[in-house]
Amino acid sequence: MRPSVIIVDYEAGNLRSVQRACEAVGLSAEISADPEVVRHADRLIFPGVGTAETAMGTLARLGLDEALVSFFQSGRPLLGICLGLQVLLDYTEEGGRDCLGIIPGQCKRFQFVESDYKVPQIGWNEVSKASEHPLMAGVPEGAEFYFVHAYYAIPDQRSHVLAETTFGDKTFASVIGRDNVFATQFHLEKSGRFGLELLAAFGKWDGAVC
Amino acid sequence: MLSKRVVACLDVKNGELSKGVQFVATEMLGDPVAKAKAYYEDGLDELVFYDITASSDQRNIMLDVVQNVAQEIFIPFSVGGGIRTREDAAGLLMAGAEKISLNSAAVLRPELIKECAQAIGTQNTVLSMDVRAVVPNTACPSGYEVVINGGRKAMGVDAIAWARRGCELGAGEVVVNSIDADGMKQGYEIKLTRLVAEAIPVPVVASGGAGTPAHLHQVLTEGKADAALVASMVHYGDYRVLDIKQYLNRQGVKVRMNY
Repeated sequence: MRPSVIIVDYEAGNLRSVQRACEAVGLSAEISADPEVVRHADRLIFPGVGTAETAMGTLARLGLDEALVSFFQSGRPLLGICLGLQVLLDYTEEGGRDCLGIIPGQCKRFQFVESDYKVPQIGWNEVSKASEHPLMAGVPEGAEFYFVHAYYAIPDQRSHVLAETTFGDKTFASVIGRDNVFATQFHLEKSGRFGLELLAAFGKWDGAVC
Repeated sequence: MLSKRVVACLDVKNGELSKGVQFVATEMLGDPVAKAKAYYEDGLDELVFYDITASSDQRNIMLDVVQNVAQEIFIPFSVGGGIRTREDAAGLLMAGAEKISLNSAAVLRPELIKECAQAIGTQNTVLSMDVRAVVPNTACPSGYEVVINGGRKAMGVDAIAWARRGCELGAGEVVVNSIDADGMKQGYEIKLTRLVAEAIPVPVVASGGAGTPAHLHQVLTEGKADAALVASMVHYGDYRVLDIKQYLNRQGVKVRMNY
């Protein structure tokens, strides 16, 4: 049977936990590093932990960078998670790398004067909707999700910010998206019930924003 | 705003849940996966499994436990105990653990922290340290010494210096476990926790001594911990995770209440 979701394998972290979360919500998911499989997937999950530098290097080496851009252009649903969100932008401060450029904007590192805020942000934090999106319809206001990150996204266009979170004195874009792309800075596969609900909604999404 | 975390620690021996007092005299408490699932449904924020299996030929039982947990529980969990190589660490991550926790093996060979951080990422590499209070001396000026092998062997290493070193080597989080307080249910070692929290740039998880929700409140405020670890107080049914979080919430500590 054709899997409903392809999880992009670019040697960046624990893909099995994303696959298990898919299984838990009834989505058949296969892990693949093959650019052709990625290009022709019905639905794509682009996860990732680690550094953007290494990630971009590996994507280029495996030919997955072009496959991802081509998949985005197909209009089929794409879900980015954590590092998978960050490399969707044009550029990241982390190692000064150019990224995929699917969503205009950049990533910056958290900088706090007050030492009480420890970087990376590790733990559960509230997510508040910034604009309406069909995938966010079932998420209650202020629901908490699990974050592990030192860099955050700054999309150029306000309309690409779908939800926001405050860490220390910084309010940042914790969910971004445009067209058929939806991406979360938090790990929805480790975020309990609300994370699974978001994943289930992605499994039913046709990639349209209205 | 980032929430403080309530973390449950499950000591697993030959695939079964056990609980010790001051690191010895363990008794068996049943299926760790069932217990973990009950806590998950009760709003627990994170889980830690320590493999205290004595013989190395039983280690693959732990991989089974990790796999079973990962199929049913969708919050972060770490695994510690018996990790001596980066391959051990990567294997546990592949089985479904979110983070791995290094303890004795890292004290004996600090480079292990660096190797794991490079292989699986800083954010997935946790340094767990067992600490006891001593009279301040040249080797341990803070008055806290690192011990290994389940608290049986003192290392003449200062706990604060070791926490700093661990972070330099790539630990993304530090668990501070007080041997003196462990299993006593008299409260966390507040001074120790605070000293470590103020000394390092990464989150600190306080461990050892939790007996009441008020103890968690104290260590998350006065002790400056980012997370508090509980074991006995929930394993024996004295408190539910839910009770603890409701208490903390009422006291004004930000915790995840909607789950």
